[in-house]
Amino acid sequence: MSTHAAAGAIDHHHDHTTTTGIPNKKLFMWAFLASDCMFFGALISTHLIYRLHPTPNQPDILGLFSLELTSFSTFILLMSSLLMALAVNTCQKGKVGATRKMLLGTIVFGLIFLACQVYEFSHFVHAKGLTLNSSMFGSTFYTLTGTHGCHVAIGVLWLVLMYIRTFKPADGSPWILKSVIHLLVFAVVTVASIKALLGGVHAIQDHGATAEAFSTLLHHELPALIATAVGLIALVVLARPSKAVEFGEANAVDVESMGLYWHFVDIVWIVIFTVVYLLEYL
Amino acid sequence: MSAQSQTQSAGHAGHAAAPVEKRSWLLTRPTAKTGIISWLTTVDHKKIGLLYGMSALFFFLVGGFEALLIRLQLAVPNNTLISHQLYNELFTMHATTMIFLAVMPLSAAFFNYMMPLQIGARDVAFPRLNGFAFWVFLVGAIVLNIGWFVKSGAPDAGWFGYAPLTSTAYSNQFAKDMSTDLWVMGLQILGVSSVVGSLNFIVTIINMRAPGMTMMRLPVFTWMTLITAFLIILSFPAITIALVELMMDRSFGTSFFDVSNGGLPILWQHLFWIFGHPEVYILILPAMGIVSEILPTFARKPLFGYPIIVFSGATIGFLGFGVWSHHMFTTGMGTVATAAFSLLTMAIAVPTGVKMFNWIGTLWGGTLRMTTPMMFALGFLWMFMMGGFSGVMHSAAPADAQQQDSYFVVAHFHYVLIGGSVFALLAGIQYWFPLIFGRKVSEAWGKTSFWVIFAGFNITFFPMHFLGLNGMPRRTAVYDGNMGWNEANMIATIGALILGVGVAIYFCVMVYTYFKGEKTTHDEWGARTLEWTVPSTPPPEHNFDVIPTVHARDAFWYEKTHVEQTAKDKAASALAEQSHGGIHMPSQSWFPLVAAIGLLIGAIFFVNHIMIGAIAGGVVMFLGVYLWAAEGPGGYHIHLDDKNSKKH
Ligand code: HEM
Ligand SMILES: [Cu+2]
Repeated sequence: MSTHAAAGAIDHHHDHTTTTGIPNKKLFMWAFLASDCMFFGALISTHLIYRLHPTPNQPDILGLFSLELTSFSTFILLMSSLLMALAVNTCQKGKVGATRKMLLGTIVFGLIFLACQVYEFSHFVHAKGLTLNSSMFGSTFYTLTGTHGCHVAIGVLWLVLMYIRTFKPADGSPWILKSVIHLLVFAVVTVASIKALLGGVHAIQDHGATAEAFSTLLHHELPALIATAVGLIALVVLARPSKAVEFGEANAVDVESMGLYWHFVDIVWIVIFTVVYLLEYL
Repeated sequence: MSAQSQTQSAGHAGHAAAPVEKRSWLLTRPTAKTGIISWLTTVDHKKIGLLYGMSALFFFLVGGFEALLIRLQLAVPNNTLISHQLYNELFTMHATTMIFLAVMPLSAAFFNYMMPLQIGARDVAFPRLNGFAFWVFLVGAIVLNIGWFVKSGAPDAGWFGYAPLTSTAYSNQFAKDMSTDLWVMGLQILGVSSVVGSLNFIVTIINMRAPGMTMMRLPVFTWMTLITAFLIILSFPAITIALVELMMDRSFGTSFFDVSNGGLPILWQHLFWIFGHPEVYILILPAMGIVSEILPTFARKPLFGYPIIVFSGATIGFLGFGVWSHHMFTTGMGTVATAAFSLLTMAIAVPTGVKMFNWIGTLWGGTLRMTTPMMFALGFLWMFMMGGFSGVMHSAAPADAQQQDSYFVVAHFHYVLIGGSVFALLAGIQYWFPLIFGRKVSEAWGKTSFWVIFAGFNITFFPMHFLGLNGMPRRTAVYDGNMGWNEANMIATIGALILGVGVAIYFCVMVYTYFKGEKTTHDEWGARTLEWTVPSTPPPEHNFDVIPTVHARDAFWYEKTHVEQTAKDKAASALAEQSHGGIHMPSQSWFPLVAAIGLLIGAIFFVNHIMIGAIAGGVVMFLGVYLWAAEGPGGYHIHLDDKNSKKH
């Protein structure tokens, strides 16, 4: 072939010259979300169908829910959308530092939501006896809210990856190993902190907000607490920007597409919250 | 190509002179252009199209072999050739294979290969994702077929997987615990592949058209690709959920579809057919697109009523979501629902009929050239029409009450699926063979294969209409000798053998042509669409030397008649390319394959309930995706040497 390849810079003129002017990644995300609508539509329909055809062993649903906790986690998820929007905004302005903070905030809020869900599930299973196969309500409830939880978890993971990418050095020096360590530490912190958080909730449940609760927490969750603290310090150290990074306005499309996903998951939760929880109070 | 030429993107700030980037070995992109590695790491839509095509044809042979076994068993009454259990496995795997592993991927092969060429693009929007979709498809195909090689046996609950045939209670009875798990897992994986691929095509068609290629100038095949892709992304979630619920029932003790615990087996049918009916249009719309390309070329006339063909395609897609319950007339949905679905189903025959008239209108008064692809396309018209008629007969609920689950239904869907989809796909292969391989199938041999296939097909399936009307049920391994079904069954089996011979001839001719066939020029048929404007056959990696500028529907015909205009456009495009530093091509990558292998490991351990292995597979997949993201978009530039830019 009479061709030769050029060495040198390649700009991403791909995305800027689309037929419609909409970046490919954004269009991809919109199409995917259309597909995901059908996905949740089928799940929610299943739940509603079995509410219309309740089975004999259906539990006392109202006695099950703790509307305070779920309202709180719903609020948290809504607020995480706000942070996500700010992340997009700051990224569009090329403020990498602020973008990082907003991404981190979204991650933390997402994790709080997940922790609430983990708590809710374990509470339902252990205190209320609602399991995946104790009744049809249990089956549809865990399948639907669990699938949503998976969506949130995938979103969190994706946010973490994006967060790590904001440290990719502009000079191309190796960073993969560092980012993998980053990821591992992050996983440890996540698991440890959720464990400690749940321990705290249980302690408060058993003893009220007293000193006794605190000492129980320290007694049972000391390793988790230490792991969390050490992990957090390690994260701060790892996240220290050492040189110029390859992340800025041009990546706003990536952050924006991720944001679309995050907002969608948030909206779906509002629907699920209404259908699964609030409708019971009619 | 040297390592230096594979210099990676320096990102947003890299417009100016960027430093040559250091890369860890892990993220160095492979560069092989030939050999096995080039295929394993390819991101080129044409290579991926060929991979899809080869696998689909392979599974077409596998599915055909399974069908022959079924027909041999049914040749005579009370036959004992194969066990009833094996019969169940055969009809399940035959249908699953033909639909998901042969017809859909063969369509996907054409989507991949032709669609970017037809819209004047250099590749799809997400080339690595495209590779991923293919490898995931292969993983799904492997998982589905593992059953043939292990003790548990292949899936055996029908391609529709009706509850309670799929419940653990039922399959334990036959000590075949894993077979349904394989089916669930395999379909789930194939769904991922289809949806991912379709999202890619949607973005490509909407966003990567050449200048001037408006939506109403898109070739019809590309239009049908777009509609099909939308059907896939909107219908597959329904079966995904159904399969998730089934998996929960089987693995975690829920009872979504288990009546004894208040579950509703009918819910399975609803979710399945909300996917299943659009699925049959996923199988036929690409075929309609191919035929809409072939007929005008060989009638030497533009397609009659282009906008109507496009809109009726969209209408079919849209209505296709509202008629799923015509597969459930006999489940007792109630008169109102039955009447409504009956009417809607009949309505869907209207846009289908409209298309028929447009194709006939295209032929009307044309100068017909009876080439092999044309013969297959005409065969499509005739047999698809017959399938459509029996479809309308089913749509009348009282009639369907008689025909349901009889061989009449089998006749119907084979007329639409083989007479329709497969004939069009075989036509497409013949039509584009000169473009893809630079060689042309001999007319004499092509036509021979057509006539044998055509005869074999009709001898096999036409008698089934009568078998069905005479009450022979489908999905039974044996029948009694005094039901009056003997002759028709024997004829059908003989027909199937003839069909098998026809397919064998078709394949042999293709293989022969690939090695020894007559060489051709790049515009073999005098066609109308952009894929024929590539500078060589087979097309070069960058598809077009310069991106074409489109002024009219049937862009290539316009080019042929407006030579001066075309030359001017070409010069302008070439200039624009130069100012971009050449043609930008994406680099190859290992990671789509790595991620897919992770999925394979995870799936196999999961169906064996070895969770630690499943998690390990998940980790491999995650690492694949992570490194894929980390290696960045990448790419390199090709500069065309001005003097030789026409020659390759
Ligand atoms: C004119 C348009 C069509 C109409 C009105 C129509 C109508 C129907 C009806 C009412 C049934 C249910 C029969 C029964 O189970 O009792 C059916 C079954 C079927 N149709 Fe069609 N159809 C049409 C076109 C197609 C096309 C284009 C395809 C595929 C390419 C197709 C594939 C099938 C298949 C595979 C089944 C059997 C499904 C099963 O039970 O396994 N049909 N059709
Ligand atoms: Cu249908």
